[in-house]
Amino acid sequence: MIALSDYLIVGAILFSLSVAGIFLNRKNVILLLMCIELMLLAVNINFIAFSHFLGDTAGQVFVFFILTVAAAEAAIGLAILVVLFRSRSTINVADLDTLKG
Amino acid sequence: MSFEKFLFYVFAAFVVFSATMVITRKNPVHSALFLVLAFFNSAGLWMLAEAEFLAIVLVLVYVGAVMVLFLFVVMMLDINIAELRAGFVRNAPVAIVVALVMVIELVMVVGPQRFGLDAVAAPAAKPAEYSNTEELGLALFTEHLYAFEIAAVILLVGIVAAIGLTMRKRPETKHQDPARQIAVKAADRLRVIKMDAEEKA
Repeated sequence: MIALSDYLIVGAILFSLSVAGIFLNRKNVILLLMCIELMLLAVNINFIAFSHFLGDTAGQVFVFFILTVAAAEAAIGLAILVVLFRSRSTINVADLDTLKG
Repeated sequence: MSFEKFLFYVFAAFVVFSATMVITRKNPVHSALFLVLAFFNSAGLWMLAEAEFLAIVLVLVYVGAVMVLFLFVVMMLDINIAELRAGFVRNAPVAIVVALVMVIELVMVVGPQRFGLDAVAAPAAKPAEYSNTEELGLALFTEHLYAFEIAAVILLVGIVAAIGLTMRKRPETKHQDPARQIAVKAADRLRVIKMDAEEKA
């Protein structure tokens, strides 16, 4: 039988891989957005696993809402990216220093 | 090893493999395609956890809509990949160390001794007429109705924000104004001028 810890370990590996991805591709905004999607996927796997093993539908309802918000976030993020590329002709994070932060 | 367990390992291995490919590929298009593979195999994992409705939603919404949006943007923008890859090798040791430490710590917390089959028993199999979609719908439309409606508003705000951000007025484009076209009169277009007849030289 598949144990709860099996799902949780897959989620943990996926989450750590996406953190590593943010370190590796920190100049490329598109890759950063993809890594955030992977992180959300890891969290969703945990929610689904707990919902299955504890017999509670609330976990799946949460995943439903996370999917909704993630879709809206991806759409707005990509829209900002397109506007950014139009005005600066680059998506390199290092060049986005107008605010002098 | 049961067939379920075998399927689980196949799906899990593909998820981890494609996630590794997403973060290491040079070309963002390849990364997006491997992300599709990762989503697809997680849908398989969710299917094994008896979350059938969400597994199908993941394939339809993510693979069908969000990833196509990603691919669309990646291919539309003319980006200089070499410039964006600068620092990849320099950051790699830090990234590997951070990821390894995180994996080890998380596995120590959620590992088999705390969340194994002895600690959390596998749930009993559902009867044949059990419907995951019906169960989820009941929870969504009774207990979580307000949250569901707020989710709808969030999607609407997402649509408005995405269109509002990317729409622009370009002065050089030519377009028709139907109101002015309808209001036009014959006198505006044709002017009859009285003049004397001219003789041929």
